[in-house]
Amino acid sequence: MKQHFDVLVVGAGPAGVVAAVTAAQCGQRAALVDDNPAAGGQIWRSGAPLPKAARAWLARLESSRVVRLQGWRVFDAPGRTVLLAERNGASAAGLGDGTEIAELHAAKVILATGARERFLPFPGWTLPHVTGVGGLDALTRGGLPMAGKRVVVAGTGPLLLAVAGHLAGNGARIVAVCEQAPLERLVRLGMHVLREPGKLWQGMQYRRAMRTRLLTRCWVTAAHGEDRVRSVTLRQGKKHWEVGCDALACGFHLVPNTELAELLGCRVEEGLVATDEQMRTSVEDVYCAGEPTGIGGVELSRLEGQIAALAACGRGEEARGMAARRRGKLGFVRALAAACQLDPELKKLTTDETIVCRCEDVRFRALRGRLNWREAKLQTRCGMGPCQGRVCGAATEFLFGWGADSVRPPVFPAAVASLAAAGQANNFTATMTTSEETEENV
Amino acid sequence: MSGLADVVVVGAGIVGAACARACALRGLRTVVVDGAVVGGGATAAGMGHIVAMDDSPAQLALTAYSQQLWREMAEDLPPEVEFDACGTLWVAADEEEMAEVRRKQGVYASIGIATEVLDSHALAEAEPHLRRGLAGALQAGSDAVLYPPCAAAFLIREAQRAGAEVLLGQAVVSAGQGRVRLQNGTALSAARIVLAAGADSSRLLPGVPVRKRRGHLVITDRYPGYVRHQLVELGYLKSAHSMTTDSVAFNVQPRKTGQLLIGSSREYGAEVAEVNRALMTAMLARAESYLPGLGALGAIRVWTGFRAATPDKLPLIGPWPGDATLWLATGHEGLGITTSLGTAEVLVTGMLGGKRPIPPEPYLPGRFAGAHEGAPVTEQAHA
Amino acid sequence: MREAGGGVSLMVNGASVTVAPGTTVAAAVMMAGTMTRTSVSGEPRAPLCGMGICFECRVTIDGATHQRSCQIVCAPGMDVQTGAAEARQA
Repeated sequence: MKQHFDVLVVGAGPAGVVAAVTAAQCGQRAALVDDNPAAGGQIWRSGAPLPKAARAWLARLESSRVVRLQGWRVFDAPGRTVLLAERNGASAAGLGDGTEIAELHAAKVILATGARERFLPFPGWTLPHVTGVGGLDALTRGGLPMAGKRVVVAGTGPLLLAVAGHLAGNGARIVAVCEQAPLERLVRLGMHVLREPGKLWQGMQYRRAMRTRLLTRCWVTAAHGEDRVRSVTLRQGKKHWEVGCDALACGFHLVPNTELAELLGCRVEEGLVATDEQMRTSVEDVYCAGEPTGIGGVELSRLEGQIAALAACGRGEEARGMAARRRGKLGFVRALAAACQLDPELKKLTTDETIVCRCEDVRFRALRGRLNWREAKLQTRCGMGPCQGRVCGAATEFLFGWGADSVRPPVFPAAVASLAAAGQANNFTATMTTSEETEENV
Repeated sequence: MSGLADVVVVGAGIVGAACARACALRGLRTVVVDGAVVGGGATAAGMGHIVAMDDSPAQLALTAYSQQLWREMAEDLPPEVEFDACGTLWVAADEEEMAEVRRKQGVYASIGIATEVLDSHALAEAEPHLRRGLAGALQAGSDAVLYPPCAAAFLIREAQRAGAEVLLGQAVVSAGQGRVRLQNGTALSAARIVLAAGADSSRLLPGVPVRKRRGHLVITDRYPGYVRHQLVELGYLKSAHSMTTDSVAFNVQPRKTGQLLIGSSREYGAEVAEVNRALMTAMLARAESYLPGLGALGAIRVWTGFRAATPDKLPLIGPWPGDATLWLATGHEGLGITTSLGTAEVLVTGMLGGKRPIPPEPYLPGRFAGAHEGAPVTEQAHA
Repeated sequence: MREAGGGVSLMVNGASVTVAPGTTVAAAVMMAGTMTRTSVSGEPRAPLCGMGICFECRVTIDGATHQRSCQIVCAPGMDVQTGAAEARQA
């Protein structure tokens, strides 16, 4: 399946949804590609009470002329505005008839690939029912019932309270919320939160969760259990104690998804995609909006999605007009990063036997003393699994200070036949002749 | 760090590692230096196929001898080296290629390597995922596969146990006339220098006839038992043989993890690591024509690597005529893993005297006219 | 397991499971009380990230291996095999 678009948006979170809708409103032929079954990314997922703005934008998306490529995984970029995506074929039972490949050509590409959680290893973290914080939220939105379940929520960042509140709203018993940052830093961040009207709604969620125990300077040192987690050991200062639980949701804030940007050759500095004020990356015709440019929350993501789309649609003046509003929100990016600084004590959580690379079961003792990521990878297989370092990379960066390897295709595992499609995709850009396009149901 | 060593080995890939080990085991005070990590170049990028290759008698002699050394070392190799004596199947598509199979069997037999001819039925039984209708194959049971970076690390550790010093993350800017100069300013002095820098050799020795010959590999997710032997099409040698054109040939390796390593491709003139998608597609199409189900398997990563190619497809092992201190162990193209151990023995018997395991003449660097004119880079700074 | 009018019925390791429409296969597997996959050193694993990047949720669906179940919605009649089943067969 080959399709041409004026604007191709990758990622259907807040930044991507706003970008796609904005591009369509500018009269452009826009498409939105995302590998999740539904739009909304991580934060605007169905199954949770969504804020008014989210519902509004998702409704606009539904009623817009944006071509929806939901459930498609972008895995390669044979040209800077040519992307390849695949999805499993549909059959009566839902899967199994082979894989479909989409060759997507665009005049402009907007990367809104969002962020993933940072996981740090500790004894027992590989037990079933130990998940990320956003991870448990996503699983519950995917139908996992948590009513009556005892949950420990731990790690760092605004997700802790937001997700604890959401879980509590669904009937879970929040045993504790353990934030590794000290209270003073949260208060400072809280001041930022209160300055933004849009965050008041989120604050309401937090208030519900605040009825539970919020412990600061606190973290999980171990998860215990045989076939699944049954209890965790918490540490706060010199105190250690154990609590029983049915689930542990543990994540340490967010890491931008920059892989596709890197594959396209965009400049990435300190883990963030470098953009100018119109959200242009270092690669012509490629824009980036939302968390990959800096973790800053939903409002900033929406704004950047809008700016990127306006700029991509040739409405540079309107895009420039919004730059000031964006600059005003960048303070929150800095405040958030400062608040989520990781306590160096967290580096001591691993024992020699703790698994660091989950795909390949590489333990800490095999990694200690390695020169760099490359040596570790070649000698231990760390990072060679299907996640290609998305989980263990952030951990080894924190534990050892290692930088990552270069990104190679495919950015997600893809069928060999899909990979082979890359060599047949032509790299032509702006001369889309819409009359020749076939209207296909995707 | 400076001081007088007996030998400094430039390059900690599998060839440098093997040479360092051989030198250290013979009591030479050995230093190995590499700008990156052990086995991080072609050693990491290529397939760890230990294969007797018969493109020429000299190539066959070196690969067969070296393969024997690997077999003798096999039981000492730690598990992470993943040594697997699975053998190679040289796959014949038609009767013309079956004739080539029988000819090849004769060539191997002449050097004492026993092989077995499989007919169409036996081939299908041995490898059920190969397409129907192939004519047969030559089974080379003495071939094996391993995981090269860990093999190189093992050889380095053996060298260290015998007293060798290893300097990693130390880029070399010049090597010759008894001195190896590092980017950080220090210089290592040695009676002998072994240049085992693979595709990087021509940077340090401008006259050396080594050119980069790039290859692609694709690795899949885990499918244990999908393929049981290294599978190579008979046309592989044609692809490896050509000096000018870009080419692909079917070459698939089963890893102990159950992953498949899919190759192979060859390009001249490519200097960057970025994947050439058109060539990769041609390589995958060729592979799919032999393994029709391959298309449905999950691919995790594609990468490229640079082989060190010489004009006559034989490596350079021996003294460099322009410099009494400089010895070469480079230019192994796609056979570096196989011939690393044999190269080390040929090199050290050349350096120190002793019984020559195989005639060293075909590999002498002096066989190339330009070798006598080229001077190694010594004191000039390099970017 | 939840009984729901209009529920979706599928098989997990040979046992019938009924879930609400829109439930992901990952959630269904967790509700069935089993792991999703067995790690290379034999540990039971279950979903971690919930968003398709950790690959711990991989199961076999209708014979297709390595499927990321957190990104797949349950469909009627699906046949899901998890690492538990693979471990038993090994």
